[in-house]
Amino acid sequence: MSALPTQRWSKLEIGFWLIPMVAFFVFPKYLTLGSQILIAALFALSLDLILGYARIISLGHAAFFGIGAYTAGLLAKYGWGEPISGLVAAAAVATLTGLVTSFLVVRGQDLTRLMVTLGIGLMFYEIANQASWLTGGVDGLSGVEMKKLFGVFSFGLDGRTAYLYSLAVLFVVFCFARTLVRSPFGLSLRGIREGERRMPAIGASVPRKLIAVYTVGAGIAGVAGALLAQTTQFVGIDSLGFPRSAELMIMLILGGTGYLYGALLGAALFMLLQDYLSNLNPVYWQFWLGLLLVLIVLFARGGLMGGFIALRRRFARGRS
Amino acid sequence: MLGNFIGVLFDGVAYGSLLFIISIGLSVTMGLMNFVNLAHGAFAMVGGYACVVVMTRLGVPFLASLPIAFVAAAAAGIVLERSLYRRLYRATHLDQVLFSIGLVFMSIAATTYFFGPQQQPVQLPEFLRGQVHVLGLDLGTYRLFLIAVVIIITVALTWLIERTRFGAEIRASVDNQQASAGLGINVYRVFSLTFALGSGLAGLGGGLGIDVLGLDPTFPLKYMVYFLLVVAVGGAGTIKGPLFAALILGIFDVAGKYYVPQVGAFVIYVAMVVLLIVFPHGLAGRRT
Repeated sequence: MSALPTQRWSKLEIGFWLIPMVAFFVFPKYLTLGSQILIAALFALSLDLILGYARIISLGHAAFFGIGAYTAGLLAKYGWGEPISGLVAAAAVATLTGLVTSFLVVRGQDLTRLMVTLGIGLMFYEIANQASWLTGGVDGLSGVEMKKLFGVFSFGLDGRTAYLYSLAVLFVVFCFARTLVRSPFGLSLRGIREGERRMPAIGASVPRKLIAVYTVGAGIAGVAGALLAQTTQFVGIDSLGFPRSAELMIMLILGGTGYLYGALLGAALFMLLQDYLSNLNPVYWQFWLGLLLVLIVLFARGGLMGGFIALRRRFARGRS
Repeated sequence: MLGNFIGVLFDGVAYGSLLFIISIGLSVTMGLMNFVNLAHGAFAMVGGYACVVVMTRLGVPFLASLPIAFVAAAAAGIVLERSLYRRLYRATHLDQVLFSIGLVFMSIAATTYFFGPQQQPVQLPEFLRGQVHVLGLDLGTYRLFLIAVVIIITVALTWLIERTRFGAEIRASVDNQQASAGLGINVYRVFSLTFALGSGLAGLGGGLGIDVLGLDPTFPLKYMVYFLLVVAVGGAGTIKGPLFAALILGIFDVAGKYYVPQVGAFVIYVAMVVLLIVFPHGLAGRRT
């Protein structure tokens, strides 16, 4: 086991966060894709908390993403177009939904959890599908009109505001998540992951901690959804669907679970691959996606971060 | 009104029988190897497309295409089991879930590539179309046929599981894999054969179900919940449990869509979550 985590930032981490800043100036034509990546990264981060740290397999995490997206979208459509308060409202609604459903999720084991989360996700999809008078059904929610950020920066076609806004939100939430997983609470989650049955023996309530982390994860997913709704000014019903939950899982696995940075890297790689491969042929992108998943499971379980850490360890050993 | 209700009940039973044939293999996979196989519907799809291909391209009659569907899906099952599934028996549930979702995605894209995204038609023979009058009720002939097929299969399966040596080996392996291996049962071989049988039955169900469930590339994803639900509620590794669960599910789904169409599939999802909450261990059931 490694040493206790500290809250200090290493040089590598600081360097990592410079990349999106540099990208803003280097790739001004790709800012729309850039903000999609940032939003996906935030979403993957939320799943990393519950899957990577608490080992809850969720097949319905898109439910909270969609709830956040619809909350922000509907608020803006019906006159409340101020972005930051919309974001907060979306986070609140998603957090509350997460809290309510978490009681169902923490019961039972892997298989039960997997199906309960799947069922909850499908339920919300069905609700959005049926309540088409409110959500626009399969046509999606259009007519979302955002006000200027801080009353100054408008969400224009160049995507500059959207990119910086998404980046700022991602960074703030990341700092929060980083603090969380390095706190005693985060350590107890790690304890649950590695020995769920032993945790009660040291006086930790497993269900209560799982409920807490699931709720936080739901809230962050809601923020990600709200960001997507606000920056694209549209909410599609696919934001709630099962494929979105599955894709999310792929991003996380691609990057590596339980490092936070794995979520960010995985989301970036996934979105770039998707952009490239679906430009080649949008229909068969799914095939490569599936193949990638199978290959990762069979041959590369640690994902990008796992490979990176193994490489660094080998490098360090070589030096000493 | 009452006739209506009986009609719905009848359709529900037919629908449930179909779900049972497709899901029974999944029940064994989960019970025997504790393997979460979300790609089970893909085998049903293989069967369905095998049916369509031999009927439209080779002119094979419908009834003769059903065994072909069974064989095609069973072959696909045994190949995948030997090459890929086997590597993941000892992996975590998360890995199994990811792996099988990957297979689902690949099967959807590959099917779209070869057959296009549209629904596949099925030409039922004359004697299976239309309706028959039984005790003043109009019952669909094809649905009666479905129910009859399922009764035959259930009886045959029960005989296989309870009266043959192979069945005894399956039951022993489900109960305690290590002890069975210690007694000289080749658990992996039992599992290969069972996997092939389960896939074959799913394929048969896929072929039989074209008329009722439809057939397009998204099939494995669309019905995934239903197959899982049958196993979850019925308990893994038995025949009676999934049969019962499939019939209840079929009746609820048909009744829900008939009487309260505005809520759609919502009823099923609520039922699923509630059942899982009430029986949180119904799924793994026998092994923890």
